[in-house]
Amino acid sequence: MKSKFFLFISLLIFLIIFFIFYKGLQKSNIYKPSVELNNKIPEYSSSLLDLDREINYSDIFKSENYYLLNIWSSWCVPCRAEHDLLMDLSKNKKITLIGLNYKDNINNAKEFLNELGNPFKLILVDVDGIQAIEWGAIGVPESFLIYKNEVLKKYIGPLDKNLLNQIKLLIE
Amino acid sequence: MKLYKLIVIFILLNLNNSFANSIDLNHKITKNLRCLVCQGQSVYDSDSDFANSLKILVVNKINEGLSEKQIYSFLKNKYGEWILYDPELNKNTYLLWLLPVLLFLVGGAIIIRKFNKIKK
Repeated sequence: MKSKFFLFISLLIFLIIFFIFYKGLQKSNIYKPSVELNNKIPEYSSSLLDLDREINYSDIFKSENYYLLNIWSSWCVPCRAEHDLLMDLSKNKKITLIGLNYKDNINNAKEFLNELGNPFKLILVDVDGIQAIEWGAIGVPESFLIYKNEVLKKYIGPLDKNLLNQIKLLIE
Repeated sequence: MKLYKLIVIFILLNLNNSFANSIDLNHKITKNLRCLVCQGQSVYDSDSDFANSLKILVVNKINEGLSEKQIYSFLKNKYGEWILYDPELNKNTYLLWLLPVLLFLVGGAIIIRKFNKIKK
């Protein structure tokens, strides 16, 4: 009687573990928990790259327009790759591009823009990466689609043609 | 003169002490934060750009007078609960929290039964 009971229990445990592991096999191993984030733009102020003054975030995104905040850096190779797409997007009248220069040397940043063109209406300077954290970003490049002081969508990593088309569709 | 020296020493010691306290708190908080761009490292352990910025941010927030809990909830708002090493009790984590207690109780019950048998 007792041995039967133990057999049953060990079989049950084996089955449970087998089931869990089997389920686990099919899951992707990149763990990314779903999060409910605050979509409001952060309250913060920033200095600007080419103008010698501070500006509040609330003053930047105030008009009824779409905004794309792009976090970039001159040392970031993927930023160089997505720059052409940003130049293309900046021709669109419905969206304003705002740059956030991340942990960069100011001279290198200016050189980068001279070489590849400047798609941004304003460029904020983030010397120590604090502002990127205020936005909830983890690195460069990263882009935020903003409408009426709210972040509609967040793009981690460089933009590509598909994402650009998606943005264009969203703002139509 | 002696009293004056004593007061100076006292103030210096106190300053040092409060400085050390804020460093302790800073280390405690950064050890409790997950570096989101690293694999299995806390912000305290990591030297990535992201972790370094977070370290500066935590120091700033402590200086602004935010408590440990306020800093955690600030970061939870930005990055979600994943950034904290200390998961809260909710429907996703109740198994995680209750399983050890359950195992402890079952184990205890088995041991008590064994003892009772031996007594008999």
